[in-house]
Amino acid sequence: MGPVLVEEMIAGSTDLANPVLFKEHRALSAGPRGDTDIDYPKMSARELNVSYGGKAALHDVALDIPRNKVTALIGPSGCGKSTFIRCLNRMNDIIDNCRIEGVVDLDGENIYAQDRDVVQLRTRIGMVFQKPNPFPKSIFENVAYGPKIHGMARDREELNGIVLGSLERAGLLDEVRDRLDAPGISLSGGQQQRLCIARAIAVRPEVILMDEPCSALDPIATERIEELIMELKAQYTIIIVTHSMHQARRLSDKTGFFHMGRLVEHGDTEEVFENPRDDRTRDYVTGRTG
Amino acid sequence: MNNTADTSDDLANDLATDLPGITTRIEARLAARHRAEKRFRLLSILAVWVGLAFLGVLFVIIVHSGADAFRQTKVLVDVRLEPKDFGAPGTVDRETLGRANYQGLMKRSLREAFPQVTSRKDRKGLYRLVSSGAAFELREKVLQAPELIGQTISIWVTASDDVDMIVKGVVPRKARVDHRRLGDNQMGWLEDLESAGRVELGFNWAFFTAGDSREPELAGIAAAVIGSLYSVLVCLAIAFPLGVMSALYLESFAPRNRWTDFIEVNINNLAAVPSIVFGLLGLAIFLNVLHLPRSAPLVGGMVLALMTMPTIVIAARVAIKGVPPSVREAALAVGASPVQAVFHHVLPLAMPGILTGTIIGTARALGETAPLLMIGMVAFVVDIPTSALDPATALPVQVFLWSDIPERAFAERTSAAILVLLGFVCLMNLTAVLLRKKFEIRW
Repeated sequence: MGPVLVEEMIAGSTDLANPVLFKEHRALSAGPRGDTDIDYPKMSARELNVSYGGKAALHDVALDIPRNKVTALIGPSGCGKSTFIRCLNRMNDIIDNCRIEGVVDLDGENIYAQDRDVVQLRTRIGMVFQKPNPFPKSIFENVAYGPKIHGMARDREELNGIVLGSLERAGLLDEVRDRLDAPGISLSGGQQQRLCIARAIAVRPEVILMDEPCSALDPIATERIEELIMELKAQYTIIIVTHSMHQARRLSDKTGFFHMGRLVEHGDTEEVFENPRDDRTRDYVTGRTG
Repeated sequence: MNNTADTSDDLANDLATDLPGITTRIEARLAARHRAEKRFRLLSILAVWVGLAFLGVLFVIIVHSGADAFRQTKVLVDVRLEPKDFGAPGTVDRETLGRANYQGLMKRSLREAFPQVTSRKDRKGLYRLVSSGAAFELREKVLQAPELIGQTISIWVTASDDVDMIVKGVVPRKARVDHRRLGDNQMGWLEDLESAGRVELGFNWAFFTAGDSREPELAGIAAAVIGSLYSVLVCLAIAFPLGVMSALYLESFAPRNRWTDFIEVNINNLAAVPSIVFGLLGLAIFLNVLHLPRSAPLVGGMVLALMTMPTIVIAARVAIKGVPPSVREAALAVGASPVQAVFHHVLPLAMPGILTGTIIGTARALGETAPLLMIGMVAFVVDIPTSALDPATALPVQVFLWSDIPERAFAERTSAAILVLLGFVCLMNLTAVLLRKKFEIRW
């Protein structure tokens, strides 16, 4: 596949690949769009309690996620930040003995409501996991799977457009454009993670959840992903769980600090790192514990 | 920081003073550990070789006693086909041709070959050199080429099993008269035929094309093989979908509670139930309640399916469990429904394991005798079944039946049938390996 051809495909990939039109499309479905105002959070959790087989993992968590910002969740291992992020797209549903109480709103509607369609919900909220987990299929098929099952493309050409556009936005296209048929597993760890990001954005989500996306990557690959997150922030609401305080500081606008299943402190990243109100937060962000 | 350094120094000093000669102690122990390692490896290699040796001995014995059954002695007989033997001259319709007295023709030809044999008793002995099937072979030949009538033809016919045993050397020629089934005069006629070049050992086609027979030289495994094939196909068609669906449901969708635990325990129990119990179940339910046909491969396959299903469920559950949960999560995260996640991603990855388990379960079903005895697949079946509803027997049951017959010729046929059964099982295991290779996705 020659480079010229690929450019043409992206150019011809309809309005879905056009960021401006795409934003408007989201605005329609997302209800009132507050600027960066936390009064209109993209997602918000209230009185969220989670337990695994009777063992409590989250206590009474309340947190607002602002639109088109990066929210970082930090805290020591086992503090509940991964549990929290997995509640946001109901990924915890597949864990048998997991009990979830409370409310999580997406654009003001409870995602745990009785009649909520989980499949549709997960289309709106994409997820990138800690360990890169591409399907054991080709690079193309990895990205095309989501659009295919949702019937997003009318024909092969449109599908090509979506796949190439997604790879482009995930910053991977230049590296893989001449081997789209190669297995996704054959890529390096960092490339695999970007492939997973491409796969997530291929179904046009509004929110992307990232559960320690760089913990299995080397510093250079990490830097690539961080750059990518900064770019994606313009179009998506991003929530990232991270162990690296530096990463949280570099990337995020808002930060939440979890400790032993409680959201101890949250606010502007600057504020949380410079002037933490809680002692536990101060100890953690200054490297004294954790 | 200083504090911790001090503690570790203290600890080292403590060890040196508290446990003098600790290094030598560790070294002495190390030598013993190395010896244990070596001993274990030797024993393991020995175990492998003992297993292989038993397998080798078994195989050599079966091949040794069964190989002869693949060859069969034939006798060349000159037959005068006179038109008067075939009804009115000029009539060539098959029905009249088929009704001619071929038994008589065969006897006349033998009498003419040995004119010196005159007494009734001796003649009977002479006729017994060829198989009772020889007349049918002559009939086949004539029906195929009616234009031969009027000529004298030479035809190779199957020798009787007694002659066969002598020619193959299974029964020694020098054996005492009461140790062989041919009398001295019969031995003489046989030697006459041999010196005239009229006795030959050829490939035993009948063994693969014929059904069962009371005459060993006419008995074959075709009916049993076809019966086995139908049974196994029915068994697969029932057990594979049921087993895989059960495993998928239990592993991917069912909530874990007391009920599913109960089901799991019982599936494991079911896999350990003696196979004859399934036969009894088949007899009680399929034959006595549902009134399905007796001795039919359909019922045999259903009984074998009951027996194979737990094996498939267990193998499939293990295979499904072995698929990394991250694949399922990845599919769910892009909005796949749970069923899509399972069928698009989990099942294809689990397929190699599922197929291996299925084929191993089916190979076991192929070798199963006991449950088939219960539902009447132990019949004496001469006709090759043409559907899963015809009376049939199965290969292992055929082995069981023949092993009960005292004639020497059946003994070698028993071993030969076992060889064929083993061949099928090997073929299935090979298929399992190849399928696994084909479906395996490298990570």
